[in-house]
Amino acid sequence: MSTLVFVEHHGSELQKGSLGVLTKAHTLGGDVAAVLVGHGVRALAAEVATYGAKTVYVAEDDTLEPPLPQARVDVLAKVVRDGGYETVLFANSVLAADIAAGLAARLEAGLNWDLADVVMQDGALVGKRAALQDSVYVDVGWRSTPRIALFRAGSFDAVPGGGGEPKVVDVAVELEEHSRGAKVVGQELEESTGPSIEDADVIVAGGRGLGAPENFTLAEDLARALGGAVGATRAVVDAGWYPYAAQIGQTGKTVSPKLYVALGISGAIQHKVGMQSSNVIVAINKDANAPIFEFSDFGVVGDVHAIVPKLTELVKQRKGE
Amino acid sequence: MKIAVCVKHVPEGSARLDPGSMRLDRSGEGTLNRFDANAVEEALRIKGDGDAEVVVLSMGPERATESLRKALAMGADRAVLISDAGASGSDLVATSRVLAKALEREAADLVLFGQQASDGDGAMLWAAVAERLRLPVISQAADVTLDGGSVRVKRQTEFGYDVIEAALPVVVAVSDAINEPRYPSLKGIMGAKKKPQDVLSLAEIGIDAAEAGAAGSLTEVLALSAPPGRGGSQKIEDDGNAAQAIVDFLAEKRLI
Amino acid sequence: MTGQTRPDSFPPPFAAREFVAEPTDPVDERIEVGVLIVGAGPAGLACAIRLGQLLEEHPDVAEPLGDVPVAVVEKGKQPGSHLLSGAVVNPRALRRLFGDRYRLEDLPSYGPVRHEAVYVLTRRGSLRIPPPPTMRNHGNMVFSVSRLGRWLGERAEEGGAMILPETAALKLLVAHGRVVGVRTGDKGRGRDGEELGNFEAGSDLVAKVTVLAEGTQGHLTGVAFDHFGLHGAEPQVWELGVKEVWKVPRPLRHVIHTMGWPLRTAARYREFGGSFVYPMGDGMLTIGMVVGLDYRDVELSVHDLLQELKTHPKIRGLLEGGERVAWGAKTIPSGGFHSLPKRLHAPGLLMCGDGVGMVNIPTLKGVHYAIESGRLAGEAAFAALRRGATPATALGSYDDAVRSSFIWSDLHEVRDIRQVFGRGFFVGGALASAMTVSKGRIEIGKLPAEPDAEQPLLRTNRAVRYPVPDGTLTFDKLSSVFASGNKTRDDQPNHIRIERNVPRDLAELWMRMCPAHVYEVGADDGDGTVTVQLAPSNCVQCGAITAKGGRLTPPEGGSGPEYTLT
Repeated sequence: MSTLVFVEHHGSELQKGSLGVLTKAHTLGGDVAAVLVGHGVRALAAEVATYGAKTVYVAEDDTLEPPLPQARVDVLAKVVRDGGYETVLFANSVLAADIAAGLAARLEAGLNWDLADVVMQDGALVGKRAALQDSVYVDVGWRSTPRIALFRAGSFDAVPGGGGEPKVVDVAVELEEHSRGAKVVGQELEESTGPSIEDADVIVAGGRGLGAPENFTLAEDLARALGGAVGATRAVVDAGWYPYAAQIGQTGKTVSPKLYVALGISGAIQHKVGMQSSNVIVAINKDANAPIFEFSDFGVVGDVHAIVPKLTELVKQRKGE
Repeated sequence: MKIAVCVKHVPEGSARLDPGSMRLDRSGEGTLNRFDANAVEEALRIKGDGDAEVVVLSMGPERATESLRKALAMGADRAVLISDAGASGSDLVATSRVLAKALEREAADLVLFGQQASDGDGAMLWAAVAERLRLPVISQAADVTLDGGSVRVKRQTEFGYDVIEAALPVVVAVSDAINEPRYPSLKGIMGAKKKPQDVLSLAEIGIDAAEAGAAGSLTEVLALSAPPGRGGSQKIEDDGNAAQAIVDFLAEKRLI
Repeated sequence: MTGQTRPDSFPPPFAAREFVAEPTDPVDERIEVGVLIVGAGPAGLACAIRLGQLLEEHPDVAEPLGDVPVAVVEKGKQPGSHLLSGAVVNPRALRRLFGDRYRLEDLPSYGPVRHEAVYVLTRRGSLRIPPPPTMRNHGNMVFSVSRLGRWLGERAEEGGAMILPETAALKLLVAHGRVVGVRTGDKGRGRDGEELGNFEAGSDLVAKVTVLAEGTQGHLTGVAFDHFGLHGAEPQVWELGVKEVWKVPRPLRHVIHTMGWPLRTAARYREFGGSFVYPMGDGMLTIGMVVGLDYRDVELSVHDLLQELKTHPKIRGLLEGGERVAWGAKTIPSGGFHSLPKRLHAPGLLMCGDGVGMVNIPTLKGVHYAIESGRLAGEAAFAALRRGATPATALGSYDDAVRSSFIWSDLHEVRDIRQVFGRGFFVGGALASAMTVSKGRIEIGKLPAEPDAEQPLLRTNRAVRYPVPDGTLTFDKLSSVFASGNKTRDDQPNHIRIERNVPRDLAELWMRMCPAHVYEVGADDGDGTVTVQLAPSNCVQCGAITAKGGRLTPPEGGSGPEYTLT
């Protein structure tokens, strides 16, 4: 099996998600290659190789610097065709999703997305996709070669130690006319006031168990320490403790951060459907029978007022290290 | 000026789980995908009082006319539904073939999509459609401005915003933060029925049966299984050391 | 203290005149229709269907009515979204409505009742008794009224009616003493009533004839009663029904009714009611609990009584291995004949169905009266339009038609039964049977009905016996609201009118009573009252609050439950 992994970068930083996918490709075995597209990416090839790529294709060009998908479709299409790659893997991102779908249309290749894992089963590649709010796993397959797969963010850890000196192959591509149509004319980096709850990797959410509106400072302090955003249940928003914009749940926002910390939240189904696809859920609640514990990865039966200030301090200490 | 908006008819209440099985209840009614309402709203906003034509386009069962009718009630001018037994079961690649063919007939200046389908979460169909139409594509649009023959889009990414320009025609997928869709007015609802609504078969738009539906799909569902439980779920009583225990857990998960 | 608190001592901030107005939109902005029907339930849709039939036969009458001869406004997401009933339906009205056009087999029913059983329950035991005459259902059919509503909606549209879902009829438009339509509710207001970015103002919908078919606790029906002075001889009283639909592995063969446990029989509790379990084909059943809202115990919760009922060995066995797939709640007008309004019409206005109280409580039936009254309202509206005018008296033929129909004779026959139940369920039950056997000829003396809100409250330790929800057989209120499909926008204005500072007992009564967890007992005000906290977006618009000292008004159109199987 030959596999090509699209490795995304931002500035000079390789994206963890795509390195995780590369790590996965390496463990699956076969001929594993990676592709880097942009300006100044050749310097990143050696680092990519350490995650298991034997070959690193480098499409290095000023015109490829803007993070736009269609020029990258042109590059990948050429690499896949010339190298005869059977499988093309992506880690989900705004950019990668558009490349994957464009490539699927260009190559008339099957695309399975939102995969949490991929396995070899009886010699065939099978994707594992969590569906319907993660309540069911769907096994999906491909009827085409190449096969394209897009993995959910954070599906795999990026583990270096795979490869040696990579073979670096330069790729030169004549871009299609429509791939040159869009131009980036400006960029604004995210302001540093902290992430919005839709984008946050960490959410600390408070419920009625906080006891009083002023106790939301517990959630805010912990969120700040963890570099996350603050969410709230409907009950406390209804009670006027916190703004509606922070409401998570059926009639509020649906979120899926890497870490969700639930403080004094009972876990009513209306709340659950808005956060249950979070990667890791930690809950603190004094009611041992609270439903939140049924879908938490780590639950603490205890008083948020006693535990959270200590927790915030410990997190700060650790981050300060 | 013509704006085409691709919309999907999805099961009513996408957030609704069957409380017993905790699975999406698909037995109920259908509705206009709420993310597509943002795209319809954006088209209507761009049109404003101008004379642009807003066409809503969908592929789906006959009942998808209900969703198209809702878009018409909001103010769209015309609806096209590709409905064909041969189209059911289409995957992303097959769907993009059908939509691209239907859009070719429209030759719109601007093609809009919503950010995702609430029933499938596949958030990239536009890129496959744009590829087939050989048009520039810009997704995650948090702001769209039309200026003469070109469009300026503020695209939201993981890192902030990119401001992107492209000459029309172009395909744009809007984010759900771009606007608050309007409610259809009563007059709009009453007038919707009278607006032109075409239902076309695959043959009528020139799609071969082998290109669409399950036959034209390049992926397949093999099996359903229960998801792995939340791995090693732990629950402890606070004995004064819970904060440390949480930190240890987070460290083990490499979250701090 | 408890014995002195009465809900009606704390009236809600509400006046009917707030909801009566002249048209305000400029004349060319008003939306004109021929006949405007409020409510896409069995009554309203029967009215629309009948009008469609008549207008098809008489295009000359339809022609002057313009583009939209018949419009139906519905506050739910679609016809059926807010419909909930048992329901074992007597099919006679459906037969009359459709004639040869549709056969009963074409209707979305779960088939005819073939077997039935009535049980008196005790905590662990049960005694099967012969069904009283009023509870014999042979020949009747099991329906989900929600599903029936959707089907009737399709038929109404086939007949040319325009259905306007997600539209609340907020105000009755009255000009020169005559009803000329309704004003629909605004959309896109924030919690404090402010206009949000997507604000869409309501519209004046004007019509030659307006038909109110709003169902139980109809908002404008109540307003019309007040405005036109139509209240009946006795005040209306209500019962609250909470029901679930279950998928079950073993088919249920019988239509089952139960009396007794978990209700208490002592007269002072005034716990009048019972339960029902109906088969819905081979794979499903519906189970519900109904209790009169003249009960007194602040800890009574019909939702929790239903949960308790399901733990009875007799009932649990029916549900074993099954799965709850739907839940809902609704009030049932139960005052019967004496509580019907003085007239069923006012100038420009006709009223039908549950809204005016056409329910036969001893037989637990009202759907066929709703359909029949809707059909008759359609005929009366047509007759008035045909004459080319709608003078004040032209719609009076509707009252005459209802009085000569089976609606009137049926309700008259059982007219005194409801009052008898005030004496305690078993005594009342026996008398009720005797009275129906004798076709109402036994003189037992009519007792004056008291409004539900006038019952002094009492407190027992009832709530400790409600089962702790296990998420499999028994459920809490919030997960039940979820199962109703309710996903109402939270940041809209509160639509529930209550006195916010009331004695703790009353606050707790509301908290327990509400099956949807809308009310919570908030802070102690320090003057013997507490502040009631509201979560209005949980509301499934059952109407219980209107019976017990508050007033439900319509929230933004499209809010509330999204029933499909109830």
